[in-house]
Amino acid sequence: MAGLLSIQDLKVAFRMGQRNGVVQRAEAVGRGAVGVSFDVAENQTVALVGESGSGKSVTAMSIVNLLPDNAERSGRVLWRGQDLLQADRPTLRALRGREIACVFQDPMSSLNPVFSVGEQLIEPLVTHLGLKPRAALARAEQLLVEVGIPEPTRRLKAYPHELSGGQQQRVMIAMALACEPKLLIADEPTTALDVTIQRQIIELLAKLRASHGLSVLFISHDLALVGEIADQVVVMRQGTVREQGSAAQIFNDPKDAYTRALLACRPSLAEHNPARLMVIDDHIAGRSAHGAAHAKNPDAPVLLEVKALAKSFWLKEGLFGKREFKAVRDVNFRLRRGHTLGVVGESGSGKTTMGLTLLRLHEPTEGEVLFDGRNLLTLRDAERQAMRRRIQIVFQNPYASLNPRFTIGQTLVEPMTIHGIGGDLTEREQRARELLGKVGLDDRAFGKYPHEFSGGQRQRIAIARCLTLNPEVLVLDEAVSALDVSVQAQVLNLLRDLQDELGLAYIFISHDLAVVRFISDEVLVMKDGEVVEQASAETILRAPQQEYTRKLIGAVPRGWTPAAV
Amino acid sequence: MNNAGPVPALERSEGVWHAAWRRFKGDRLGMVSMAIVLAFLLLIAAAAVGLVAKHWQQEVGVPNAPPTLMGPAPPEATGAIEQPKGPNVDISDIDPLAPKYKEWAERAKQYQTADTVKAETLPLGGDRLGRDVLSKVVKGSQISVFVGVLAAVVATLIGTLLGALAGFFGGKVGDFLEWLYNVFTAIPDILLIFAFAAVFGRGIGTVVVILGLVGWTSLYRQVRAEFIKHRTREYVRAAEAIGASTTSRMFRHILPNVSHVILVRMSLMVVGFIKSEVILSYLGLGVPVDQVSWGTMLADAQGELILGYWWQLAAATAFMATFLIAFSLAADAWRDALDPKLRGIE
Repeated sequence: MAGLLSIQDLKVAFRMGQRNGVVQRAEAVGRGAVGVSFDVAENQTVALVGESGSGKSVTAMSIVNLLPDNAERSGRVLWRGQDLLQADRPTLRALRGREIACVFQDPMSSLNPVFSVGEQLIEPLVTHLGLKPRAALARAEQLLVEVGIPEPTRRLKAYPHELSGGQQQRVMIAMALACEPKLLIADEPTTALDVTIQRQIIELLAKLRASHGLSVLFISHDLALVGEIADQVVVMRQGTVREQGSAAQIFNDPKDAYTRALLACRPSLAEHNPARLMVIDDHIAGRSAHGAAHAKNPDAPVLLEVKALAKSFWLKEGLFGKREFKAVRDVNFRLRRGHTLGVVGESGSGKTTMGLTLLRLHEPTEGEVLFDGRNLLTLRDAERQAMRRRIQIVFQNPYASLNPRFTIGQTLVEPMTIHGIGGDLTEREQRARELLGKVGLDDRAFGKYPHEFSGGQRQRIAIARCLTLNPEVLVLDEAVSALDVSVQAQVLNLLRDLQDELGLAYIFISHDLAVVRFISDEVLVMKDGEVVEQASAETILRAPQQEYTRKLIGAVPRGWTPAAV
Repeated sequence: MNNAGPVPALERSEGVWHAAWRRFKGDRLGMVSMAIVLAFLLLIAAAAVGLVAKHWQQEVGVPNAPPTLMGPAPPEATGAIEQPKGPNVDISDIDPLAPKYKEWAERAKQYQTADTVKAETLPLGGDRLGRDVLSKVVKGSQISVFVGVLAAVVATLIGTLLGALAGFFGGKVGDFLEWLYNVFTAIPDILLIFAFAAVFGRGIGTVVVILGLVGWTSLYRQVRAEFIKHRTREYVRAAEAIGASTTSRMFRHILPNVSHVILVRMSLMVVGFIKSEVILSYLGLGVPVDQVSWGTMLADAQGELILGYWWQLAAATAFMATFLIAFSLAADAWRDALDPKLRGIE
């Protein structure tokens, strides 16, 4: 195998404006004198793995210089012996798309919404290969067949919004493959997609790699996913390479404590469920996180009972027509104090709508939500306000769920002021500080603004905001999905601790079966607004009854297995 | 909110406005513009309390006195009428008032008469009545900027309130406000201004009301769009989940997050309204005749220019241009400072 791409001692820094006449730089890749080096051979898949902020995307984007103008690069990026850092613009332009192609994370925003799929596919064929439009169209159709899009002739005329997320990503891959590149840079190509679609895309990439003989630089935060596809793995953290080696080596015999921690801190489907997850610091300190799983009282009082809950949206059709879209249909469940109900399903299955309807952030169409025997949905405003205290929600995106203009203190004091908890401001502030301590944050956080915190810290703050009201039920709407695996483990541990301490009941909405298995007692599987399966977490995983559930379980990345190679 | 007794003082982080001010300070052009705007505001404040330009209506110079730099106007050619020679004709025997002249002259001696010496030149020249153009332009700045800022405040209040309602509630409320917006934008502005002016009559208050009522539409659309965007954001949902009222969500949660849009839009409106006031006054629909603004000065200048008296036009234009350019540049610098996306690009 000949070397195709060789990155040697790469360092990237971003200029961050001037302060006192000195240009401020933020190191994105490389720390101090240490740069990033690795090689990609021909017909090989190399995975760059790391958490957010590890510099993996910046490393990949600096190969063809798709970085913002304020980036400064040093080191060497050798493409078949030619240093791309010294290359001029025309050389780079000729390389981009022609020999090195890119696929990005979000297919919806990577495709231009005002051009049809066909027009976008033809563009690289005409500009790089000099094909005539008619020939290019025929080739485009061939490409769509290759990436497995049904009815390619019709799809050529379709606009991006008419395709599903998975199909859009297939189109992006088809565009990338149009000029038969030698290297495909795939930057988190499946992160925005459902697990089942992710599996299809991964399989497609593996197939294409074999048939076209191309090399893939695969960037991901998910070590388990990487294990299925990569030959070589490069683990990055904070801008430097922690460990690199073959997939077998990384998975069987990880040398670096960080790699070991990454492998361990994700809940898994196969192994026995621990009471707590290991976090990175535990690993690096050589501690082991133990503690017996807390046995739950199966006869705890029923706190929340949902009967035949339904929510419809009305879509306009034609000039006067309306069509009913049933987002949630006939959902029934009971939730006991101190228990966790997991809700899984793909995007669009109605799980978030169901959660919002429970809190009446959406008005339900029919059904009953009995909280302590009283129907939440027919309460008058005053009573409703009182009930609001008892059921709270944590949202998915920690970057959007805190008001950026409020200090953390204001954010935490506001709910207490609204509900008249605590006698005066001093008392409320005191309580807010205690809660910050409870979710594992420093007292100093009180006067700061949300943008000064990381995603995991913000999610802790969001949880603390809910706790100010002493709720009994927490709806966790994909509350850990946007977090890095190590941070995810910390937040999951925190949720467990809080449940044990305060007897909270959770409704845990997630697309991630492994996480749901870790935290839930009972699981609802939703599809197209309906509950297709409902059983205890262990039963669902060991003996799924429905085809759909089996498909979901099968799609979860399994990591590196000797058979997969 | 930090009145806690026993707890140690908290370190408070830099707020959004602090950070913006820090970024603004780094913008040299913005700082110079801001200094000019502040100087203008000081001047206007001084004029408002009567420290300067209090006597702008006094005719201190000869009519159309030229600026000092140019020196006094050459004496007008008196023409070629020849002085008649010979003694004065005595008409006292046919003048019925002749016996009274002496008496009157005696009486006139009891009063002191002093001929005021009118200045031949004035710093920036004089108008056709001999009023000092410098005082006029300072006083005019006060009226013009006052009208522009106040009208922008009125328009901002209307636009923000209606935009917030339309964006937050949507549905029937939104439809009604959209209809109102469409009615207002369908009529040409100038026509609307004429209609309001005809109903309300002339006066500074009228100009403010007219411009406010006509000018809210652009801000309305922008605020409405921002509210539509923000109302489904998770932090607003989270506020709803903790039981925050509708008003609190609209004005305590969302409004501060869109305030930079409103501020920048408002500063643009100030510029626009100052120009509109000038046009209105020029057309005779603006400020009353006993007051002065940049617009009335330009209207005066129309007649003077033909006679070659350009200084009133020049003074009003220079003041207006300086203020508006400085104000626009400062507003632009503020926009940059408030937009965190531009950080890092020097």
